[in-house]
Amino acid sequence: MAESQAPTAAAGKAEPNHAVRIASIWLVLAIVADLLIYFVWQPHLPPGRMSDNARGQQFDITVMAVLCAPVLLGVWTYFGYALVNWRRRAGDTEDGPPIEGNGKVQAAWITVTSLIVLSLAAFGTYELIVPAGAGGGEGPVPIWKPSGVVTTAAWTPGSTHTLVVQAIGQQWNWTYRFPQFGGMETTGLELPINTPVEFHVTSLDVIHSFWAYQLGVKADANPGVDNVAFVKPLQLGQFVVRCNELCGIWHGAMFDYGNVVTASQFQSWATSIQTKERANGTLAALPPYATTYDPTEISQLGQAWAKLGIVGAGGYYYPGPQTGTPGDPVSP
Amino acid sequence: MSLPARIVTLLVAFAAVVAGAVFLVVNYIASSLPTVHYVASGGVVNVVLQEDPQNNDPSNPDWVSYYVQNPQTKQWVHTTLFSVPKHTRVNVTILGYDGCTPLRNNYWSQVQGTTGSTVTVQQFATVGKPIDSPTTTKMINSWSNCAVAHTFAIPSMHLFVPVPSPNTALFNKDACGVSPCTSGPHSQETFSFMSPDHAGYWRWQCFIPCGGGFLDGNGGPMQTIGYMTGEMEVSA
Ligand SMILES: [Cu+2]
Ligand SMILES: [Cu+2]
Repeated sequence: MAESQAPTAAAGKAEPNHAVRIASIWLVLAIVADLLIYFVWQPHLPPGRMSDNARGQQFDITVMAVLCAPVLLGVWTYFGYALVNWRRRAGDTEDGPPIEGNGKVQAAWITVTSLIVLSLAAFGTYELIVPAGAGGGEGPVPIWKPSGVVTTAAWTPGSTHTLVVQAIGQQWNWTYRFPQFGGMETTGLELPINTPVEFHVTSLDVIHSFWAYQLGVKADANPGVDNVAFVKPLQLGQFVVRCNELCGIWHGAMFDYGNVVTASQFQSWATSIQTKERANGTLAALPPYATTYDPTEISQLGQAWAKLGIVGAGGYYYPGPQTGTPGDPVSP
Repeated sequence: MSLPARIVTLLVAFAAVVAGAVFLVVNYIASSLPTVHYVASGGVVNVVLQEDPQNNDPSNPDWVSYYVQNPQTKQWVHTTLFSVPKHTRVNVTILGYDGCTPLRNNYWSQVQGTTGSTVTVQQFATVGKPIDSPTTTKMINSWSNCAVAHTFAIPSMHLFVPVPSPNTALFNKDACGVSPCTSGPHSQETFSFMSPDHAGYWRWQCFIPCGGGFLDGNGGPMQTIGYMTGEMEVSA
């Protein structure tokens, strides 16, 4: 790139080859920048190296940076070179040469930028599909799944069996259900290391978004929708779970911390909660595990309403003194 | 327009914007709710709250609401802001004057984060007239008997407490209709927790969709500080 019309040289001096000079400066800068990005910056780029998705996303961001840095440096080099060499000298009142397009520069610019954009599109598509959705929510019927893993009714440590975790958003807290542990529910999230995890993200009220930052998982939590995302944690430690969809007054406070632990630590954590919830009656009080929780379809909730003398919420969960048609916000 | 005129116009416009912003901020701060301060004595602090089916604010009189009791005057303050000292045992008493609403997520029927993971509950026909003896429990199932009116939760402390509704028959007969409630059938619930080790603000809220008349019951009082949600300030 960066080929240019050289302004008329000062009288008596041979004009140097500006294009070669600019290209040389640019090449050195670009190589240095790309080496620094790849080897020095990459390990510190978000979202870290805690899971397969996180590593993939970090690599993708590195590739973007490695490709973008030379483009940015090309523009900066040209500007810098022009400012230093082609600025107006004292006493110089002459006009610059007329510029009437340059077919070669235009063709090269269009070709190179098209190649960069199209290859990034191909790269991005590959990086989304091959790592099983790359940690993004794929909806209720995911078409990109991790290969070679199985989901069984029970989960045991050391297995390559998928751990199924349901993330439930509600104003304003996340809870988690573990169908392989009797459908027990928790406010905390522990995950076993080196284990394929299948998240089922849903909501009990408005739209939330489940964002396990260091795991590279982000999936919208829509009421009535089962949104599936996959991850395999690869490092022990803490991660943060945030709600990533404006969901009301405490949206900003809707975050918590989870932990990646060893498989046996996870097993004892999960079974201890299951035991506690069986003993104190919580398990029996929960509705059966389901991929979504439409209040009008939970029979225990319907029975609770019936005991209150309320029959049919008309599309509303809370059958208060309201008017209007379902789907419209109403005022009392 | 001459240069001085343009400069003056610009300065006046700038001053108007600044004045507007200052007015909004001052107005917001001045209109903010009072905070009830609880001071420890003997290493414990006693926080007393009540839950009412209505409130005495003319702007939203039919919204359900919490009240906080001033520890000195024993007056009920219409606010949901209170402060406690850090690293102190907090004994909470909640008087439940409001009727039941089923939880959307019945998981919140479980008591979590209190000392012993329990609450102690007693029912009253009116103030000073218990109709049963105190019971200590680890959960109050909001679906089986519709026994829960609201919840008190400080999510970032993993503290989640269902608060029982009054005896249904008594409530249907003479529920408290004037807030703050000083008589009428109510539940009394007590539990304890340790306040955090450092100063700051902890959001608390109810998980029952109790915003009657709002879509899914989650608007109005559920989204408004001073009604079903507030902040616990932890002082140094
Ligand atoms: Cu949210
Ligand atoms: Cu409530």
